[in-house]
Amino acid sequence: MQQLDLETQSLRDVNATLQAQEAQTNQTKWEILNPKGAHAIACGLDSEIDVTVQGATGYYCGGMNKHATIRVAGSVGPGVCENMMSGKVVVEGDASQYAGATGHGGLLVIKGNASSRCGISMKGIDIVVHGNIGHMSAFMAQSGSLVVCGDAGDALGDSIYEAQLFVRGSVASLGADCIEKEMRPEHMAKLAELLSAAECDADPSEFRRYGSARQLYNFDIDNAGAY
Amino acid sequence: MIAGKYFSIGKNIPSGGFSLDSIVTGARLRKKSNGANMCGIVGLFLKDKQMQPELGALLTDMLVTMSDRGPDSAGIAVYREAAKRCSKITVQSANPTADFADLQRDFDVDVDVEVIDTHAILTVPSDAVTEVLTQVEHKHPGLRLMSRGGAIEIYKEVGLPQSVADRFNIPELSGSHGIGHTRMATESAVTTLGAHPFSTGADQCLVHNGSLSNHNRLRRQLARQGTQVQTENDTEVAAAYLTHRMEKGDNLGEALEAGLNDLDGFYTFVVGTKNGFGVLRDPIACKPAVLAETDQYVAFGSEYRALVNLPGIAHANVWEPEPATVYFWSH
Amino acid sequence: MDQTPKTHPVKPWTFDDYTTSYIRRAAATGIYDIRGGGSKRRVPHFDDLLFLGASMSRYPLEGYREACGTQVTLGTRFAEKPLELDIPITIAGMSFGALSGQAKEALGRGASAAGTSTTTGDGGMTPEERGHSNKLVYQYLPSRYGMNPDDLRKADAIEIVVGQGAKPGGGGMLLGQKINDRVAEMRNLPQGIDQRSACRHPDWTGPDDLEIKILELREITGWKVPIFIKVGGARPYFDTTLAVKAGADVVVLDGMQGGTAATQDVFIEHVGQPTLACIRPAVQALQDLDMHRKVQLVISGGVRTGADVAKALALGADAVSIGSAALIAMGDNDPALEDEYRKLGTTAGAFDDWHEGNDPAGITTQDPILAARLDPIAAGRRLSNYLKVMTLEAQTIARANGKSHVLNLEPEDLCALTIEAAAMAGVPLAGTEWIPGKKGDL
Repeated sequence: MQQLDLETQSLRDVNATLQAQEAQTNQTKWEILNPKGAHAIACGLDSEIDVTVQGATGYYCGGMNKHATIRVAGSVGPGVCENMMSGKVVVEGDASQYAGATGHGGLLVIKGNASSRCGISMKGIDIVVHGNIGHMSAFMAQSGSLVVCGDAGDALGDSIYEAQLFVRGSVASLGADCIEKEMRPEHMAKLAELLSAAECDADPSEFRRYGSARQLYNFDIDNAGAY
Repeated sequence: MIAGKYFSIGKNIPSGGFSLDSIVTGARLRKKSNGANMCGIVGLFLKDKQMQPELGALLTDMLVTMSDRGPDSAGIAVYREAAKRCSKITVQSANPTADFADLQRDFDVDVDVEVIDTHAILTVPSDAVTEVLTQVEHKHPGLRLMSRGGAIEIYKEVGLPQSVADRFNIPELSGSHGIGHTRMATESAVTTLGAHPFSTGADQCLVHNGSLSNHNRLRRQLARQGTQVQTENDTEVAAAYLTHRMEKGDNLGEALEAGLNDLDGFYTFVVGTKNGFGVLRDPIACKPAVLAETDQYVAFGSEYRALVNLPGIAHANVWEPEPATVYFWSH
Repeated sequence: MDQTPKTHPVKPWTFDDYTTSYIRRAAATGIYDIRGGGSKRRVPHFDDLLFLGASMSRYPLEGYREACGTQVTLGTRFAEKPLELDIPITIAGMSFGALSGQAKEALGRGASAAGTSTTTGDGGMTPEERGHSNKLVYQYLPSRYGMNPDDLRKADAIEIVVGQGAKPGGGGMLLGQKINDRVAEMRNLPQGIDQRSACRHPDWTGPDDLEIKILELREITGWKVPIFIKVGGARPYFDTTLAVKAGADVVVLDGMQGGTAATQDVFIEHVGQPTLACIRPAVQALQDLDMHRKVQLVISGGVRTGADVAKALALGADAVSIGSAALIAMGDNDPALEDEYRKLGTTAGAFDDWHEGNDPAGITTQDPILAARLDPIAAGRRLSNYLKVMTLEAQTIARANGKSHVLNLEPEDLCALTIEAAAMAGVPLAGTEWIPGKKGDL
């Protein structure tokens, strides 16, 4: 286990060390001590290493992650793993706004609650939240899956494209062009896979599926009220 | 102790009955401001009286954590009760040695003057506040009025938050609640003008992160209704608006609710009153805000890391306030 | 027959032909008019300024031997590798999607030949553009289409787009006709649907958050490359101040004449200030922060000639950026295609329905047949010719004003032909010492 300590090292040094790890590195296990809410921790990683952050982080932890597995033993600030391309990020605590924003791939797991705009503009990332999510989540969500074991806040999936949303608890309100959809066997199977990968033992049959009504895909004057 | 999502005490917050700005000095210019507030906000409201001696130290630590968001200037409001039947007036001077030298002697009533760096706290009998303020305006036009009230003291200066806190001995202060603000100045000259917290009424103060979009019209409207705002800073307009509503009979919760309709833009507000502490986010709620509550305290920070060193934070109830929802606690 | 003389028919100024056609169109369709380009209105611009030139008190430089430098470096504040340009003219951000692949290649070829940079647009970086541009600025937009760390690391600079002149406060827009296979894949959208772009960034709001975002981008790219912030012509003084405070290396300021691929006409014509009105406030902001020439300022929006370049620099900019002008140099709206423009219901010089994807010049289209009409090598050559002419013109003007480097041009080299231009540019009305709105020193 390699240790990095933000108490004694600069953020630049810590990130540079992790970013320098190549695909076939021997040093696969890393620990970052004393994060104390610093921003941009473990961002821009690009190899299959395991990084554990021992504490709470600030904004953009794991931003643009590729291939790495990052575990945060604490809560994260806004924008955790924004624009993630691949890999896995697990947050033991809560996540602030914009969790997984514009993510293209990979899996983000939040064991506590996520806040507003979870999965905003998602482009292929899978997000699983064990707790609740806040308002305006999955706004303009293009593709990928968002799974919520708890409740969802207002305006879920506003202006959604083709992303799939699964919510077990209540949905405060749905956004423009987002509707409840039928859960078919293929959705159940996918959901089961995601829950398992997210270390979650929730029962897929308790979830409901939401997605785009596709009414706003091409402009029609009679839909002007939705804009 | 009353706490909850909506203000539930139905009492009026006394406002002192006149506008702050009729008092303040010729030295103040109408400073142009774009109204965007780049900053960090922290707040701490102690439920547990035994924690009061630690208020200043805890608040300072929270404030300093937010230095990145606002390294240019800092402001702190601390609420600690004055002696019985007394009120405190906090003033600031650009020339403290000259201005504060014989300040005590300039008043017809018994005024106790405590000088701390560029600020001075005048403790006066509560029924003499108006008189003293008038005398300050006439005899010491160079002084800036920071706050007045039975409990509040406001300190604002340029410089890094740690140095500002140290200059005013904030870490040593004891009190029931406090609000701090770190600011990144957008005006060319970094001055205390335009710094938060803004006070526009007795024991009231407001800090703001975000950018209002209709504050100019509101400022003119308030002026027509008799409430003058000195700068073009949007936060000062919001503070004046709330004070104005409370003068007209709203309690703080009602004034904040009214603000949801009348104020436009992006905002996270943290408001202090003599016995209370309120938080409000606009309906879109993009500017960051985190609350933490235990049996001993309620804490607010623009970022979670401002709260990380608070006692018992590991088991606190931590959440981000909902949009367009008034949160208020009071003693 | 009634022989009573009638007064001459008069159409109201307020309800002129254009306006009445606008009303009829709105009534027929129920949707706002969408078009490309920048503001078409006459607004105070560089043409309203003149250089004073040489005289008894100011001596000119000879052409050729007495060099007049044109190099500029963008991004000296924080970046390990600032952007070194041979000329103070860059190519502005225009997306693959809005433009054909051939057009992007042509821009890359032309800019590289002239020793300057191109910029990606809303849609991401294509291999062709990276391959053909020696220096490539990668835009970081609210939509984040195609954004990824590999391309971020391949860029020579990163431009965070907060706004653009045509639509300060508007997001990108690409209508279904232009979302073909390749565009759809790059943008992660279903084919053939209207792309609705966000107007705010998804994961930050406000300059305090932007500062943290810039930190993240620097951490991902190892602090190597400059970070630009691009804004439209909204509140140039404060926008520039906040951009500097947030940590920008370069500020790009785009006035209302700046073009877009597509947006509502009402946005283009009625939101955002003219380029001329933006420059001095932005420069003032930099001077007030003691950051002039340390944080560079790039001006765009209706830059067309070497005279425009020289005037922008004289007012305090470090460089300019061209978009519409570059397209015209490559053949956009060419009168030689007049028959085809007529068929589209327009005429050469007025064609602006770029969102429809029918561009006869093959530039603002995804149609493979039309796009094939543009020969990237020839078009690239035309662009580099044009860039060279503008540079030579700027040098000619600079020499005439006694400057050995174009960046030594200053406001005192200028006067204004109109009161509006004098006020906006902060230079005296010709023949007077009067600068409207200014008290005391310049």
